[in-house]
Amino acid sequence: MSALAQTAQPRRRRRLRRVVRRFWLNLLGLVLFAVMVFPVYWMVATAFKRGNDVLSFTPQFVPRHPTLANFRDAIDRELFWSSVRNSLIVVGAVVLASVVLAFLAALALAKFRFYGRRAFVVIIFSVQMVPLAALIIPLYITLSSVGQVDRLSGVVIAYVALVLPFCVWTLRGFLAGVPKELEEAAMVDGSTRFGAFVRILLPLVGPGLVATSIFAFIQAWNEYIIAYVLLSSASKQTVTIWLANFTTGTTRGVDWATLMAGATLTALPVVVFFVLVHRRIAFGLTAGAVKQ
Amino acid sequence: MKDETAVPLAVEPALVPARRRRRVRPGRAVSPYLLLLPALAVIVAVLGYPLYRLVALSFQEYGLAELIAREGRWIGLDNYETILGDRRFWTVLGRTVAFTAVTVGLTMVLGTLIALLLARLGTFMRLLITTGLVLVWSMPPVVSVNIWSWMVDYEFGVLNWGLAELGLDYFARHDWFVNPIEGFAVITAIVVWGAIPFVAITIFAGLTQVSGEMVEAASIDGAGAFRIFRDITLPILKPIFVILASLSVIWNFQVFSQIWIIRNARPEEHYFLLSIYSFVESFNASRYGLGSAIALVMVLAMLCVTFVYIRQMVRIGEID
Repeated sequence: MSALAQTAQPRRRRRLRRVVRRFWLNLLGLVLFAVMVFPVYWMVATAFKRGNDVLSFTPQFVPRHPTLANFRDAIDRELFWSSVRNSLIVVGAVVLASVVLAFLAALALAKFRFYGRRAFVVIIFSVQMVPLAALIIPLYITLSSVGQVDRLSGVVIAYVALVLPFCVWTLRGFLAGVPKELEEAAMVDGSTRFGAFVRILLPLVGPGLVATSIFAFIQAWNEYIIAYVLLSSASKQTVTIWLANFTTGTTRGVDWATLMAGATLTALPVVVFFVLVHRRIAFGLTAGAVKQ
Repeated sequence: MKDETAVPLAVEPALVPARRRRRVRPGRAVSPYLLLLPALAVIVAVLGYPLYRLVALSFQEYGLAELIAREGRWIGLDNYETILGDRRFWTVLGRTVAFTAVTVGLTMVLGTLIALLLARLGTFMRLLITTGLVLVWSMPPVVSVNIWSWMVDYEFGVLNWGLAELGLDYFARHDWFVNPIEGFAVITAIVVWGAIPFVAITIFAGLTQVSGEMVEAASIDGAGAFRIFRDITLPILKPIFVILASLSVIWNFQVFSQIWIIRNARPEEHYFLLSIYSFVESFNASRYGLGSAIALVMVLAMLCVTFVYIRQMVRIGEID
């Protein structure tokens, strides 16, 4: 009896300590969440505020008079629609080209053993590492000598090369996961290699194709420096250039409310798609360091 | 994750025909190369050839006249003599290295701490924080620069207001970019804020691989939290740390758009990093040869980091 009471006492104390610890950890987690997300919240909150409410010395943490006027202003700002159109053209072409090229290369890496395979893998990994800011000079000079400066096609080709390494590697992982027996079984059933590919392989690598498409989409949508240098005329500019021009294009004060509305619009498609595939992208970039 | 990549075996093993050795047709040997060709062609055209041009340009006098004539003038090592003899180059190089060290250090430390916190939280809180991380991660860099530049606005910046409310009157109506140290503090915050999610999420994924039994055994043996982290978690996660750190170094060493945009495309000289310096020499001063020499220094520095990264990949058997 007395022994029981003695063990119950510290057990209760231990439980209490665990509850207190849990409380502090959760509090820490909440503070972390708030600090981390605040800038994004601040962008959206500002985007919905009236002009006077934005420019107040004591910040208004919740928009008191929410309005869509800033979004209207952002959309009405010159070059918005042409930038969106250019970005969509670039993104569409990059996604299409990079997925097709990456799929072919991934097929070679996953399904064939051949001389030079390892060298190719090392090349695509090294390529990811070359600093863009360094390549922009020769890229500009080379493209200008073949008349591809200030054309969307030049930007598209550059982006395809940038996203290829990631896309090839991600797709290779999916293709390598398809057991050979499955393909062979399909072929025994009388289908051709192509038929086996369409009916067996394609559905299995579907998620990989989605992930690589989205990765290519995000990279092409977000890129700044190449578009900034290569697309000199205003009618050719992409969305990131349009957004950066709010600050870089003026010497007068910045219209923050409209800028934040424009920023929200620019970020929106990326956020939507990114949420779908962020895990795949995290694992793709560290490629196998974390076993899935 | 597992169920998405693992392929369900739809065919019973018994139904699989005995594997016959197919005759190797000559076409089969050629096809992998044909499949690789298009991708390789694009990579060589966009990255390989310009890299070669970069080296060539760095040995040339290449200004506006040469740009129009499409022909550089060979001057040997003159560009390198110019930059290596220039005090400014060394200052910028030192600043770039320091910036990279600080941003990568902060990213790795904070990312690890957040990952460790995630491992100790309940499902709901973990989901909440992960959602926040993904949201931050998905912000396009150009967007996040604009958000931060609004938050530190001279008059109406919410950060200035907050700091002043905390009693630091210095920050009321404060221009962060007069003093480059403060300016770089803001730029560091932008870069680190954007880089933490990837690091934290990846390390957390790695932490889930650390076996609970091992940790428990160690804690029964009387090891404290720090000992456990140092002697069990760290060695297991080392490959991940090496890869994350080398990727972060590569990304942060070439930071360009954040500084370029926050300084309104006209960065003052004390905001130059190598990327900006090389860009300004090339596109503003039209000294493409000199700019290329600076850029090549960047490439060479990054080559060392790439080597570490590739070696780690080979070690974990990723490149086979």
